[in-house]
Amino acid sequence: MDYVLLAEQFFNGFQLGILLFLVAAGLTLIFGIMDLVNLAHGTLYMFGAFFAATFVQLTDSLVFGMILTLPTMLVTGIILELGVLRTLYERDHLDQVLATFGLIIFFNELFLIVWGAGGTGINLPSYLIGTSELPGGISVPDYRIVIIISGLLVALLLYLLVSKTRIGMLIRAGASNREMVSALGINIKLLFTLVFGLGAVLAGFAGMIITPITQAESGMGEGMLILAFVVIVIGGIGSIKGAFIAAILTGLIDTMGRSFIDVALMSFMDSVAAETAGPAISSMLVYILMAVVLAIKPSGLFPPKGA
Amino acid sequence: MPVIAPAIGQEFYTDVFARIMIVTIAAISLNFIMGYGGMISFGHAIFVGIGGYSVGILASHGIESAYIQWPIGILMSGLFALIIGAISLRTRGVYFIMITLAFAQMMYFLSVSVEKYGSDDGLTIDSRSDFGLSFFDLNDSMTMYYLAFVLMISCLYINFRIVNSRFGRVLRAGKSNNERMTTIGYPTFRYKLVAFVIAGMMCGLSGLLTANFEDFVSPDMLFWTFSGELIFMVVLGGMGTVMGPLGGAMIFLFLSEILSNITDAWHLIFGPFLILVVLFARGGVDGFLKKYEGPK
Amino acid sequence: MTEIMLKVEKLVKKFGGLTATDSLDFDVREGEIHAIIGPNGAGKTTLIHQLSGLLKPDSGSIQFDGKEINNLSAPQRCLEGLVRSYQITSIFKDFTVLNNVAMSIQACEGHSFRFWHSADKDISLAEKAMKVLIETKLEEKANVLADNLAHGEQRQLEIAMAIATSPKMLLLDEPMAGMGPEESSSVTKFLQSMKYKYTMLLIEHDMNAVFALADRITVLVYGKSIACGIPEEIRSNKEVRAAYLGNG
Repeated sequence: MDYVLLAEQFFNGFQLGILLFLVAAGLTLIFGIMDLVNLAHGTLYMFGAFFAATFVQLTDSLVFGMILTLPTMLVTGIILELGVLRTLYERDHLDQVLATFGLIIFFNELFLIVWGAGGTGINLPSYLIGTSELPGGISVPDYRIVIIISGLLVALLLYLLVSKTRIGMLIRAGASNREMVSALGINIKLLFTLVFGLGAVLAGFAGMIITPITQAESGMGEGMLILAFVVIVIGGIGSIKGAFIAAILTGLIDTMGRSFIDVALMSFMDSVAAETAGPAISSMLVYILMAVVLAIKPSGLFPPKGA
Repeated sequence: MPVIAPAIGQEFYTDVFARIMIVTIAAISLNFIMGYGGMISFGHAIFVGIGGYSVGILASHGIESAYIQWPIGILMSGLFALIIGAISLRTRGVYFIMITLAFAQMMYFLSVSVEKYGSDDGLTIDSRSDFGLSFFDLNDSMTMYYLAFVLMISCLYINFRIVNSRFGRVLRAGKSNNERMTTIGYPTFRYKLVAFVIAGMMCGLSGLLTANFEDFVSPDMLFWTFSGELIFMVVLGGMGTVMGPLGGAMIFLFLSEILSNITDAWHLIFGPFLILVVLFARGGVDGFLKKYEGPK
Repeated sequence: MTEIMLKVEKLVKKFGGLTATDSLDFDVREGEIHAIIGPNGAGKTTLIHQLSGLLKPDSGSIQFDGKEINNLSAPQRCLEGLVRSYQITSIFKDFTVLNNVAMSIQACEGHSFRFWHSADKDISLAEKAMKVLIETKLEEKANVLADNLAHGEQRQLEIAMAIATSPKMLLLDEPMAGMGPEESSSVTKFLQSMKYKYTMLLIEHDMNAVFALADRITVLVYGKSIACGIPEEIRSNKEVRAAYLGNG
């Protein structure tokens, strides 16, 4: 096996894992605390991508554009929460699924009309275009390193926020025991709005940071949303730690599977058969992982307490 | 309806109604588990896809006999429902929604990745299922139309009989209070799983019809948005009502037909409409229909 | 000699650091009403969950009618004849009273994989359900939606559903919970009329009801049995008075 390629794919998988975590963390908090199934969480990821692309094009600066994106995401999240999602908290899951499905349909169409099928993108400034050589002859594009480091940094900030601050304590308490938080008599509506805004910022950050590599396209959020669902189901709903571990696992398995499964299959079947079966199996790997986890632990790896 | 459309004599309407009836079968099967059994499956399109691909794949190998295609399509749908249900039904509530969605996505990617059967271009079906009868040729659009009609009526009737049977009572009571069911002696998992398999097979039937009607199968049939649309149809028509799926499918398909004639960007209107229905009119539409249909 | 219907030995259930059931022993004889009392948090609900099969004990044995049932699921225990009712009314609210009871009867008649014949037209089912309703004095409400019953009637239906499974023994989880004195005494009378027909394990807060009904009483404190005996013994037991009646 080609170890340089293996290492490079490991980086790619890790990067996907981090993005997945950023999306899944918001999703799992929103579900854990507000009991809201938010299909439109992938839409927030898409918002991040389009806002970033627009701001970078307007300001002609990657850094400024991205800095502008984050507060915009916070405001977008809050507006959505106040306008639509807040009314859904006391509804059943079916209503939530349908209404947020409606949001997806609407925004995908809207973005399609405004930006067209090709979407839009961000051109990297020259100082980020190069690649770096890591020891062992592994070359990694500079921007991927930026993604991984900044993603980890955000994850760390989230960890500090959730584990060290008072608001974080409320968030944790809410995710594991909703009634308790309302019993504490704090302003639950405000907490909900803030958590939703936080989730929007995290998802938007993920969408923003990936746009220079991919593109900002209508419909880009749904693939991410469904993978994030897989992540939080594996990790256990409401658990940030579970989301992190499951996200990295999912990212690695998905990416490495796509690159190496036909090689692995070739070791025991002929190459034609392996090339046919390879893509089919690799595209199913994460779902198989999820099925296996659930068959053993129906509430995920880190189930919420009391469930 | 079967009389009206041909009487108007426009093939366009025959097609519209045929499509409505085929989708209605899928909606009936979803209503069976969701409306009566409380299982919110967000992956119901899987079974439409399996039914459809059974026709497509067998036809691409030159097997066009309906007597092979149809039993295989229905059995495969049932088998997949058994596997997916056995895993998913171990979980509750929102986990169930997400897992069925994930399974649908898995099957979608599977259909996209198999080049032999067209990948995302799909498979064109050269010849519709052959019943070997000169007077019953699916290539004739009226025959197709009547077949869809008869099968839809059959599914409505089967659903009506089952939900009022002892089995149906267990299903409905399990939706109402699952824990109580276990303490008066019902292993509810078993009953839910059987219901899930029945629904899978019925939905597979809808897929068999779709493939024949469109002469084409593609991964789009299993895309998750179609599962979402099916849920919407069932809710729109009234959950847990016998005729609801028909009403829901009709409203949904007519609406999308009309809206897409007005503007290409019809989703721009449809999305907010869906939200408004959920926020303000869900109880209304639901309750309205229930009033006129008597007991569930 | 009367036979032992239910025998619990060395039953232990822990939740993290909390021992909810602490090496508990007791038995229930055929035909008797055995009450379990104890202050809040004594582990009464945990105990009934373990007996009915909703919770699995960490260790110990539960024998019912001479048979170890620790590994049976809740539905299996019900079919063996050990049936519970609920503290919080647990009925099928959108079914009629008759059909609520019919669900129990259907459960006892083996599997329900009958897909075609209308259960509404199933006369044997309705007849048997009606018999139970007459026995439990709910016959006039047969066609009322369960959701529309008064609170006391819902409790009665709750017990009717348990009786309809033709049990050998009833586990009654606070049948008088949330009732006024009048309702409570009518349910007490109702249970009195069921006495000797069914063996009962009664978990209850209402002391008037317990002392009126029970043949024997076990007092549970922090998951442990601190006393067990006939009502007079319990009434005069110093330890019980101190731990429970004294401050209750």
